[in-house]
Amino acid sequence: MRHPSDPGFNHSIPSEITPRAVYEGRRDWMKRLAAGALGTGLAGWAARDALAAEGAAKGAALAGAKSAVAGAVTMDKPTPRADATSYNNFYEFGTDKADPARNAHTLKTRPWTVSIEGEVKKPRIFGIDDLLKLSPMEERIYRLRCVEGWSMVIPWVGFSLAELVKQVEPTGNAKFVELHTLADPKTMPFVGSRVLDWPYVEGLRIDEAMHPLSLLAFGMYGEVLPNQNGAPVRLVMPWKYGFKSAKSIVKIRFVEQQPKTAWIKAAAQEYGFYSNVNPKVDHPRWSQATERRIGEDGVFAKKRPTLMFNGYEAQVASLYSGLDLAKNF
Amino acid sequence: MNKLLLHPAAKPLLFLLALLPFTHLLWGALADTLGANPAEALIRGTGDWVLRFLCLTLAITPLRDWTGWTALVRLRRMLGVFAYCYVLLHFFSYAWLDMGLDWADILRDIPKRPFVLVGALALLLMTPLAATSFNRAIKALGAKRWKTLHKSVYAIVLLGLLHFFWMRAAKNNFAEWSVYAVVIAVLLGWRLWRRFGPPRMPVLTARAQAAAR
Repeated sequence: MRHPSDPGFNHSIPSEITPRAVYEGRRDWMKRLAAGALGTGLAGWAARDALAAEGAAKGAALAGAKSAVAGAVTMDKPTPRADATSYNNFYEFGTDKADPARNAHTLKTRPWTVSIEGEVKKPRIFGIDDLLKLSPMEERIYRLRCVEGWSMVIPWVGFSLAELVKQVEPTGNAKFVELHTLADPKTMPFVGSRVLDWPYVEGLRIDEAMHPLSLLAFGMYGEVLPNQNGAPVRLVMPWKYGFKSAKSIVKIRFVEQQPKTAWIKAAAQEYGFYSNVNPKVDHPRWSQATERRIGEDGVFAKKRPTLMFNGYEAQVASLYSGLDLAKNF
Repeated sequence: MNKLLLHPAAKPLLFLLALLPFTHLLWGALADTLGANPAEALIRGTGDWVLRFLCLTLAITPLRDWTGWTALVRLRRMLGVFAYCYVLLHFFSYAWLDMGLDWADILRDIPKRPFVLVGALALLLMTPLAATSFNRAIKALGAKRWKTLHKSVYAIVLLGLLHFFWMRAAKNNFAEWSVYAVVIAVLLGWRLWRRFGPPRMPVLTARAQAAAR
């Protein structure tokens, strides 16, 4: 049993937010006590649910040839697009699952640049349209496993991150790759909240970044990425927990030291650098042995077992031979 | 208004209204309109309504005091029992949809996740209140003992608030929680003020005033 004073939600960044909702609490209370309280509450709640569950409007087409990379096309049934575009974690736009779909319309995806810096022979600032032409687009159907215990299957459109890395020629000092998400308080309402340290930073070992399955994605379901899914360009690491797959990338740095990622800074005892999907290594607060497949597992169905490396063991296990996966979580 | 509350249709109407959240959730589960993660929506939705019914139950006495609508107290028991029904739904949703009714897993979860422990405690404390909510139990316990037992609702609502706080603490997302905290602070604060505040004239109903003359 943990120490009694430990609520199980330890974070080094205590919240000092005094939300506006505190002031609106009075109004809410008066509404409660009025005769129509229940009806009003329900109607508003139902409308909110309905709006969120619709999913993103159709976007511009982005086609990709079926990928020939080993393991890149799973036989699992893809998640309905409405679910994948309405149930998201993108805290820059709010911490509720419905928030990104509701709020991400303010994100400006043009003009967009991705700056490649650090230990590279050819540092460069790519315009998004140059990046789109860098390598032939592939369609890859990946499983995505969130650390929270749910998963999806998404048909991404993009190419291996390795194609970009090859262009910029990392030096011998480049041991790690650090990726930065946009953190613009003017277009992202929750940048400035204390939920996480901004900008959102993620990191990979250089060999993980060079692995053929590491995907630089520009689209999903045959269209460009909706804003809430990390437009216009994001990372997808299918064998790691979803938070490693950084969205809306603006900077990629090649560095010598292991990067301090956003979730390590928020709760190092809960989120590690590798974050490989592993049913045998529990999260400190919940088991990782099972998951709920969104859109497929019915609400009354039992959760399904989580697979080692999210089912990509054959393709990635060799990256970690000899590594103690319980210690290096 | 007091006359309306005394109307024979008042309690059945409240009963139907109180069933609405359950109906909405059940319909949503069957018609698949609860969004991408309906299990989560059910667990969270039923949890929300436990807190709301607890707040409504606790609001009766202060409201009766402020408005003089003594008949409000007729509705309090139903609100409290509904709070318990929703807590059973909430726990059952968690136990079935999240944990697959694996009781060994659930027992292991409790020390692992302190917010689950606090929730379980609140549910345990609510049970004797639900069990003694009907007339024969009140008679058997006697007014004084029944009142003392049911005062534990104050601890229950605070445990519920803590349960919700710890659940949201992982994302530093306290906006919704703050609303409940303010409401509950007012409802409990009123009781503290009544107990420890300046002495007041007892409020007599019209009937009692007539009898006193």
